Amino acid sequence: MELTFYIAAAVATLATIMTITRYNIIHALLYLVVSFLAVAVVFFTLGAPFMAALEIIIYAGAIVVLIIFVIMMLNLTHEDVEHEKAWLTPKVWVGPAILSAVLLAELAYIILSPDTLPTEALVAVDARVVGLSLYGPYMLGVQLCGILLMAGIVGAYHLGRQKKKVVHRFLQPKEERSAAI
Amino acid sequence: MEAAAPNYFLIIGGVLFVMLNVAAALIWIERRMLALWQDRYGPNRAGPFGLLIIAADSLKLFFKQDWTPPFADKPVFVLAPAIVVVSVLLSFVVIPFAPGIIVADLNIGLLFFLAMSSMGAYSIILGGWASNNKYSLLGAMRGAAQMISYEVFMGLALMGVVLMAGSFNLREIVEAQSGLWFFIPQILGFVIFFIAGIAETHRLPLDIPEAESELIAGFHSEYSGMKFGMFFIGEYMGITLISCMVVTLYFGGWLGPDFLPPIVWFIIKVAAFLMIFILLRASMPRPRYDQLMEFGWKILLPLTLLNLMVTAAVVLWLEG
Repeated sequence: MELTFYIAAAVATLATIMTITRYNIIHALLYLVVSFLAVAVVFFTLGAPFMAALEIIIYAGAIVVLIIFVIMMLNLTHEDVEHEKAWLTPKVWVGPAILSAVLLAELAYIILSPDTLPTEALVAVDARVVGLSLYGPYMLGVQLCGILLMAGIVGAYHLGRQKKKVVHRFLQPKEERSAAI
Repeated sequence: MEAAAPNYFLIIGGVLFVMLNVAAALIWIERRMLALWQDRYGPNRAGPFGLLIIAADSLKLFFKQDWTPPFADKPVFVLAPAIVVVSVLLSFVVIPFAPGIIVADLNIGLLFFLAMSSMGAYSIILGGWASNNKYSLLGAMRGAAQMISYEVFMGLALMGVVLMAGSFNLREIVEAQSGLWFFIPQILGFVIFFIAGIAETHRLPLDIPEAESELIAGFHSEYSGMKFGMFFIGEYMGITLISCMVVTLYFGGWLGPDFLPPIVWFIIKVAAFLMIFILLRASMPRPRYDQLMEFGWKILLPLTLLNLMVTAAVVLWLEG
């Protein structure tokens, strides 16, 4: 089980790096899906199968599909890939890379220092436990998420609202038709 | 049955063998049944009852030129048909065919099925996008929207079953139905799940991503040879999978009177649902794309939510 964890973690890291460095955006998103799948396996090996399933269903299955859906409408060509290549010069990425390296070093230090080792054994977190904690101590968070999603739906409805289009002129009401003529 | 405890690898091999052959046999069954229902002959020349058409068809698929268009995005183009077959085959892992005949008795079996069916959407999207062709792209966009929307209703409709059985484990769900099959208390959930299942496998009447009469086969119009074959086989395995899930969740899985072994009951029930899929294809016209979306979001979504709330209330009332 421990070996599976390390393999999945390595795959997740590699796939995420590939996601960032690809020039073709669809290929990048494919690597992002692989990264999510690997993270799901990591969750599974850590004893949280419910989270693993939700990770695949929500992140890999719905959110990335929506992103791809938007990108498909952009009609990307080979030239766009070339543009992307031209824009991504070392000047752009060196700064963030150095800062991230500092964070990475800190993270490695925290993980390796002995006093942060987990003191209790791993417990399996199944659906029941997740539900109890969501609707127990984290009730407020769930409700805030609900409000946020509701606002999103109302906003999307407002943006997407259109006047009903008439498919054929014979289906129009009579006065409008004569006005149109 | 349980005492026999069949070999683990035997189960895996058996499930793989049976599923791939069922998918191939369905090609013949579908053509014959369509012909019967539409008052035609159907394939009846090669071999007894035209059975050899399966062999002819598969040989043709294997030896056809496997052409990758020069304008396609090659790695994605090759990857797309593999995803559909892999995701559908992986879903069969959690299905309990009979007591003891199950590949992986996962505690999150139902969620695993949902996860794999959402991965299946990628094959359509990526296949349509990588073909770099207007019709394919239109099909892919329709497919993406249709599959994401109907996944929502599918998942919500299943939650009624989960509430009643109190588990995501498919074996326990079947065992919870020993008194009453869930399709009676969950009739609404069953109908919605079945409609969502048709949309998920993009079969007629909801085959809007393909729609040969308007999109010339939609997302797979650039595919040929065995790559097309993978989409084809994936579709038939998809309807087998949905039939298996309907039987497991709503029609008591392997449960049935004692005079037949459990696996036979399972096969009979699945076969009945496969016939319903084919009958739907033979008899229903295709709705327009916006009609499909409106039907989903304006009718199915409120109904599933209502079903979920009523089920939860009744379960709570019976418990307390």
